Amino acid sequence: MGTVSTVLSPPALRTGMALAGAGFRRWATYRQAMLAGAFTNTVFGFLRTSVMLAVAAGAGGVAAGYRGPQLATYVWVGQGLLAVVQLWGWTELSDRVRTGDVQSDLLRPVHPVLSYLAADLGRAAFALCSRFVLPMVVGLIAFDLYLPHRPATYPLFLLSMLFATVVSFGVRYLVNLTAFWLLDIRGVIMAWLLCSNALTGMYFPIAFLPGWAQAVLWYATPFPSILQAPVDVVVERGTAGHQATVLAVQGCWAAVMLAAAVVVQRRAERRLVVQGG
Amino acid sequence: MADRPTTAAAYRALLGAQLRAQTQYRFSFALDTAASALITLLDVVSVLVLFRVTPALAGFSFTDSLLIAGLANAAFQLCDMCVGNIDTMREYIRTGRFDAVLLRPLRVLPQLVFGDFSPRRIGRAAQALVVLVVALSLADVTWTPARTVLVVIAPLSGAVIFGAVFVAGSTTAFWFVESGEFANAFTYGGRDFTIYPVGIYPGWFRAVFAYSLGFAFVAYFPGLALLGRPDPLGTPGFLPWCSPLVAVLAATAAALVWRVGVRHYRSTGS
Repeated sequence: MGTVSTVLSPPALRTGMALAGAGFRRWATYRQAMLAGAFTNTVFGFLRTSVMLAVAAGAGGVAAGYRGPQLATYVWVGQGLLAVVQLWGWTELSDRVRTGDVQSDLLRPVHPVLSYLAADLGRAAFALCSRFVLPMVVGLIAFDLYLPHRPATYPLFLLSMLFATVVSFGVRYLVNLTAFWLLDIRGVIMAWLLCSNALTGMYFPIAFLPGWAQAVLWYATPFPSILQAPVDVVVERGTAGHQATVLAVQGCWAAVMLAAAVVVQRRAERRLVVQGG
Repeated sequence: MADRPTTAAAYRALLGAQLRAQTQYRFSFALDTAASALITLLDVVSVLVLFRVTPALAGFSFTDSLLIAGLANAAFQLCDMCVGNIDTMREYIRTGRFDAVLLRPLRVLPQLVFGDFSPRRIGRAAQALVVLVVALSLADVTWTPARTVLVVIAPLSGAVIFGAVFVAGSTTAFWFVESGEFANAFTYGGRDFTIYPVGIYPGWFRAVFAYSLGFAFVAYFPGLALLGRPDPLGTPGFLPWCSPLVAVLAATAAALVWRVGVRHYRSTGS
């Protein structure tokens, strides 16, 4: 049934924009928490840049194909992206499953995956204006960062961040959906915490791993598409062709994760037990 | 006279209730245990990964760095086992649940620690000690009686220093209710800081984290003393043996800040 044309119809787009706007305003309310978060990202920026520059120095200037300034950009863009893709700490949906509030999501005329996605994109837009920009400014002042040489990289980076947010949303949504089966998703959250730290490029660049591990991670898992991909796009790793490949991989994973969210959502609804009373 | 046993029984009951609650959902519990065991290894794994692309970090070889990372990890996990829960205090304050904590006839800090205890933390600490033993066996340590004492004391004083930072950091929520991740910059930031030789950090940053907050005394200085290396940064030769003293100072300072914080507490209400 023309799902795609329904989603892209003017009324549906208006609803999506309204939900995104609400997501933006909701997160813009917590300014103190935003500043605290940006401060923490900045401190971690200093910590990780020091480590990466020591690695580059030890390796004689180039580590796994990255020069010092590229590694510094990797760290600061990574710290800014953490909040944009909201790598950690989203349990809103699973909390609603546990309390039974999720029933009101299911009664709405908008598909739950779409309404949560729209709100999440609004949140990401606010994070981009605040949590991304603040540490980036500090990083630019304090370190010699690599800035893109090709003008086309800037719009491609924005697109890559959009894909990254969608992929991250898909993973988080699926993690939350397990609450329909498990109720207590502490274990799943912990497993996601492990993957998000070790496999997205957060702890170390994926390129520091052996070649076979890199290939498996990039093509068989969505994780590098969440963090390493936008970073590799902005530091112009490899040729413009490599940039295009990275974006294509991300685009595929964004589509796969959204489709998976919709399919699992349908199955989860059959498991619905409304708690409380 | 009957006062002491009752208090102990109260803590036992709190602990037991937590254990029962967490083992209710078996699959989640098993996954939680497995994943958190791997997360504990992540710091050491990242040292391994970094040394795939570089032969040295600030002049420290792989085995030397691994020893520092092992000491840091052991100290952090010991601390996390005991007071890591204090992290949740900002939630207690934000939601007003801290009122209930204050009303009970038990001391505040132990209540927070026992009220949210996860058994997996014991496993994590044990795992960190195993990693430390492996790192010690790989490193080139000439054992003397003094170093044997140091290797036992270092993780303990490191844990006290981390604990002091956790407790002091949690008090920011008394003043700024939405302080969110602010304290993480120093608690988890401190953990990341201690994993590597302090020589990799820029001067002023090192002055704040290594010396003012005392993080150099967690793993870097004890590591130097164990390896018998002089500090390439040229600090005096007695400093590597001062960790216990720094731990006592840090704990005293944290206790003072905590006391001021609790007195400052005004319920958020709702």
